[in-house]
Amino acid sequence: MKSFVVMGIILCMIGLMAFAMHREHRSAAELTTPIVVKKDSVASVKAFTAVYKVLMSPRCMNCHPSGDIPLQGDDSHLHTMFPKRGKEGKGVLAMKCANCHQPENTPGLHTPPGNPNWHLPPADMKMVFEGKSPRQLAKQLIDPKQNGHKDLKKLIAHADDGLVLAGWNMGEGRTLPPMSHAAFKKAWITWLTTGAYAPKK
Amino acid sequence: MINLNVNHKVYQVDADPNMPLLWVIRDLIGLTGTKYGCGVAQCGACVVHLNGEAVRSCVTKVSRAEGQQVTTIEGLSAHNDHPLQVAWNEENVPQCGYCHSGQIMSAAVLLREKADPTDQDIDDAMAGNLCRCGTYLRIRKAIHLAAELQKKEGGSV
Repeated sequence: MKSFVVMGIILCMIGLMAFAMHREHRSAAELTTPIVVKKDSVASVKAFTAVYKVLMSPRCMNCHPSGDIPLQGDDSHLHTMFPKRGKEGKGVLAMKCANCHQPENTPGLHTPPGNPNWHLPPADMKMVFEGKSPRQLAKQLIDPKQNGHKDLKKLIAHADDGLVLAGWNMGEGRTLPPMSHAAFKKAWITWLTTGAYAPKK
Repeated sequence: MINLNVNHKVYQVDADPNMPLLWVIRDLIGLTGTKYGCGVAQCGACVVHLNGEAVRSCVTKVSRAEGQQVTTIEGLSAHNDHPLQVAWNEENVPQCGYCHSGQIMSAAVLLREKADPTDQDIDDAMAGNLCRCGTYLRIRKAIHLAAELQKKEGGSV
């Protein structure tokens, strides 16, 4: 009986190792697989409609304001205390983002959400979302001169950026973006790999 | 036990890593110059320096400060003679006084980064520090005076 148990444990361990190696192998393959773009303007514009809804939700737009003061809350009002962007997007003087925004969310309602990399886009590349039409935003997102020097590969990878993911983990009392991160990522990649077409308006 | 360096003195405190730095400073170390105001990083009464930055100690976990340099109002100067402290005294800035350790700690970061601040710089730096007594005009005046004193001393703070 004892030998059966030992055999069982060994078999389970071998199975787990094989599973882990398979996953590792798949991840490496995914990283090296070239991105295939198959142009389809209808599918692309349709996917961007979903992308736009997320990017214009408060969890994304509040840190992509048209001015130099971030927005706050589900109604996207100007951030109380009027902290300013600063050159690197990390605030100024005694009002730097990380002075209040911790590496993680602070528990409780009306407390600062957190992230180790909390910041606005820098002053020389403001990447404004606020006030942009779908067409304007789509064109901005694929222009390396306006999107933080990102090519297609970097844009796709950006769906899993730490601050993008933070949009779905903003602490208590804040409405989530209008779809799951998985659905957003799917729409984002679909938009990009079908030609990144901009809507007409 | 958590090792903390507060005002260049090493402390070993028996605290939960999630305890706010403010509680540790006030209740465990006994430095009560830093005040509790709102508890949610909205008022600035609890500002201390963490590696020179004006953090809100009410929402900063003590674990974030472990092994870092913490400075409270008690450690801002050796003899309460920091140009800001001198200027605050000169201009009789405080009314009730409750918010002023936080005000001075924020202003110290301002003066370090902008030796000769404009009114706009002062607004930008101090907008997160509330004063229920409304001493804002005296705060502004004292910061300008402190900048002059700092210049006369020939260095930055």
